[in-house]
Amino acid sequence: MNLATAAQAAYIVAALLFILSLAGLSKHETARSGVAWGISGMTIALAATVVLAADGSGTLAVVLLLAAMAIGAAVGLWRARVVEMTAMPELIAILHSFVGLAAVLVGWNGFLEVEAAGDTRTLGGGTPLGVHHAEVSVGVFIGALTFTGSVVAFLKLSARIDSKPMMLPGKNYLNLGALAAFAVLTVLFVISPSLGVLAALTVVALLLGWHLVASIGGGDMPVVVSMLNSYSGWAAAASGFLLDNNLLIVTGALVGSSGAYLSYVMCQAMNRSFISVIAGGFGIEAGPAGDRDYGEHREITAVETAVLLKEAKSVVITPGYGMAVAQAQYPVAELTRRLRERGVEVRFGIHPVAGRLPGHMNVLLAEAKVPYDIVLEMDEINDDFATTSVVLVIGANDTVNPAAIEDPGSPIAGMPVLRVWEAENVIVFKRSMATGYAGVQNPLFFRPNTGMLFGDAKQRVEEIVAAL
Amino acid sequence: MSHSAQRLGVVAESAPGETRVAATPATVAQLVSLGYEVTVESGAGSRSGFADDAYAASGARIGDRAQTWGADIVLKVNAPAEDEISALRDGATLVSLIGPAANPGLVDTLAGRQITVLAMDAVPRISRAQALDVLSSMANIAGYRAVIEAAHAFGRLIGGQVTAAGKVPPAKVLVAGAGVAGLAAIATAASLGAIVRATDPRPEVAEQVRSLGAEFLDVGVAQESSVDGYARETSRDYDRRAAEMYFEQAGEVDIVITTALIPGRPAPRLLTAEHVARMRPGSVIVDMAAAQGGNVEGTRPGEAVVTGNGVTIIGYTDLAGRLPAQASQLYGTNVVNLMKLLTPGKDGRLVLDFDDVVQRAMTVVRDGEKTWPPPPVPVSAATPPKETAAAPARETTDGRPPSPPGRRRHLVIAVAAAALFLLTAFSPNALIEHVTVFVLSIVIGYYVIGNVHHALHTPLMSITNAVSGIIVVGALLQIGHGGALVGLLSFVAILLASVNIVGGFAVTRRMLGMFTRS
Repeated sequence: MNLATAAQAAYIVAALLFILSLAGLSKHETARSGVAWGISGMTIALAATVVLAADGSGTLAVVLLLAAMAIGAAVGLWRARVVEMTAMPELIAILHSFVGLAAVLVGWNGFLEVEAAGDTRTLGGGTPLGVHHAEVSVGVFIGALTFTGSVVAFLKLSARIDSKPMMLPGKNYLNLGALAAFAVLTVLFVISPSLGVLAALTVVALLLGWHLVASIGGGDMPVVVSMLNSYSGWAAAASGFLLDNNLLIVTGALVGSSGAYLSYVMCQAMNRSFISVIAGGFGIEAGPAGDRDYGEHREITAVETAVLLKEAKSVVITPGYGMAVAQAQYPVAELTRRLRERGVEVRFGIHPVAGRLPGHMNVLLAEAKVPYDIVLEMDEINDDFATTSVVLVIGANDTVNPAAIEDPGSPIAGMPVLRVWEAENVIVFKRSMATGYAGVQNPLFFRPNTGMLFGDAKQRVEEIVAAL
Repeated sequence: MSHSAQRLGVVAESAPGETRVAATPATVAQLVSLGYEVTVESGAGSRSGFADDAYAASGARIGDRAQTWGADIVLKVNAPAEDEISALRDGATLVSLIGPAANPGLVDTLAGRQITVLAMDAVPRISRAQALDVLSSMANIAGYRAVIEAAHAFGRLIGGQVTAAGKVPPAKVLVAGAGVAGLAAIATAASLGAIVRATDPRPEVAEQVRSLGAEFLDVGVAQESSVDGYARETSRDYDRRAAEMYFEQAGEVDIVITTALIPGRPAPRLLTAEHVARMRPGSVIVDMAAAQGGNVEGTRPGEAVVTGNGVTIIGYTDLAGRLPAQASQLYGTNVVNLMKLLTPGKDGRLVLDFDDVVQRAMTVVRDGEKTWPPPPVPVSAATPPKETAAAPARETTDGRPPSPPGRRRHLVIAVAAAALFLLTAFSPNALIEHVTVFVLSIVIGYYVIGNVHHALHTPLMSITNAVSGIIVVGALLQIGHGGALVGLLSFVAILLASVNIVGGFAVTRRMLGMFTRS
């Protein structure tokens, strides 16, 4: 055993621990131990690497290395402590961008160390130089794409820029053109690696990442975030190829495929093809749906809602992004608690794409101490609406739109939705009669069994709690 | 607004054997919400199982015959009798089934009064008007009931069974005409386990028939596609071939359900006495066109007759009415949808708009002036197959097998495998080792995540995020090598990746700490 084989052994152990960690995260019961596995895996991998790095370089490098890790750790810990649960999507997006940027830097370093330094030796593990060139270009490309994509996602999610899809003319051709340019530049780079080509390639990837996410609208954000998650994994894997490091390859592939699978689940939940989401532009198909006469909606007050709830046998609450915006999860949890004390059966129905992050609603409700075993997903609860006395739709719109099922001409036709309208009474909490993200009018609002409760969701729920 | 609201009367049906009523407590509530004052004739809903109290609870007044017939708007199921027409007051509006094409005399009588008459059975077949289409909603129920009646008269099991006491073959059912009623019958028979065959001169319905699990019998003579959603009269050549087919089928099937109707004409004769004679004893025929003359020779409207060779021919004309509560509910909903159209202000004032093709087509008499027949509707059903499909196909989409994804999936896997093969085969040795690790890890990632609980999507993402911070390993190994620039870039990379690792794990822990059970 020498230092190098010891490090390899540590990497294998770490890789297995990461697999255990992800597996643990798939169930509530094992989730916490999953995190512990992940942390131990990371610790082992880092310890081995630091020892290995310290062995081959000077004191300055070790000091710098430890300093960078310490600063990074401090920042990370601080952000994790203070982040609001409603701001989780932003945090995750910006963290993705870090991985992307790190991958770009690692790729550039790879270039500077080998190609630019004129080091024409065959590299470790017998990798020919040409393969190394290709690995640099692929690693930098994926990393840069992830970086700008995540930055745009972060800006959109934190409302620093408009979340409307950007519509450049011929956007599909721009994307395809960027891919073609990437292919050409990679070939050039493999033939004769130069700084200029790598820089051009980086710029192309940065622009592509920006454009890809900029042309996807706010409602598709859950897919975008999990897709970026996947990209960040692929970026790590690409760096693994570049550095001949199996741990990076294994970990990157794990993250990449799990992120891709999550995105796929999200797309299915919206009944859309993966390609159409990535290529962006849901809003375009949303034709002029507003000119149809749906009739009058009926308003209801918080006090009347409270009366309905008092008499209800079972209540289902279907939250959407609006609940996060209004920060209404605490009063909602309070309402839930009160109703349960009165013997009313309260459950939550979560649409897979509610919120701006997969599972966003679950986290918000958990934050407010809503027990997770009454929080059900769409398929678990959809058949129960018919026997439900009152449904409270809080800040959701497209995910409860009957047009998806009943109107084949609707832009959201075929999207699975929560069939709230089958309940005896539906109360919709909404700011105004504006359309949802998809720009589609919601006939639910005009149903005879629907009451509209206008205003700030948080305030209204608090009023209901007071009236109980 | 109450002083200007019009009075709406729901009258009891006088036709013998009629069980339906034009409004149910549920639809009365909707009519009230449109602003009308609703009066229901006492006992009007009793044969559908709706008590007067239930109507009263929905906001209706209970009145006597004179009060309801004297309303501004009278809702009814069947066409009115002579004495009922005279009970209407001047200026009143009557909404009911009229059958204007078949009963010109009735239309003339109605036009003799200073009234407006809307025929529920004259709804044009355009998609917008589907919500008002009584013929469709009733045919749907009737198709179901036809199978139930047949099963009742058929002294055997419909579905096949294999039991310890031997095998029971499934019944064979032939449905002639795949309109709304036919499709409902096909679906019902198929769900009982029968082997179902269906035929229709319109070739475009074959797909709908198959989607319900039935076999489509093609007569093999080209018929032009329907342009208005209804079947046309068939050509002589077609009839000859069809007769041969029925002759052949009659010897095989146990139950025949005929639904062939051509608007404005007597029902076409599909089965002759010769066909019936060929059927096995105990077989059942339900002739759903009995009221229009019947598709089967020997049908007696309103009765079930047994032929000399033991074949029961059921000619009930009230199939929908045999499910009165639901038939009334659907009829009532059609009426409500009409009233919504006629009450644009939701203020209880009926406004008839002759520029609207639906209202124009349904209006048989306006203020004592005969307006039948209406000018030909510029049918939006100019794309015939689509339009005919609309009503029945809506219900059937669920039953359609999801065929394409499976094949596409195989194709994708094959392409991916081929690409991987090529990529690896042309790679240097060192790369192959990496590719192996890479590919296996992808598969592990997929299976590890496959069963993730939906509530844990966010924590899962934040932990994968932390884990992908492993890229720090790359930067760590680079920091001591190369020049100052490499050192600087590595420093930044290590810093960023560390934020990720620590932040990701910390926030995951924080989130998981919040999840509690009740």
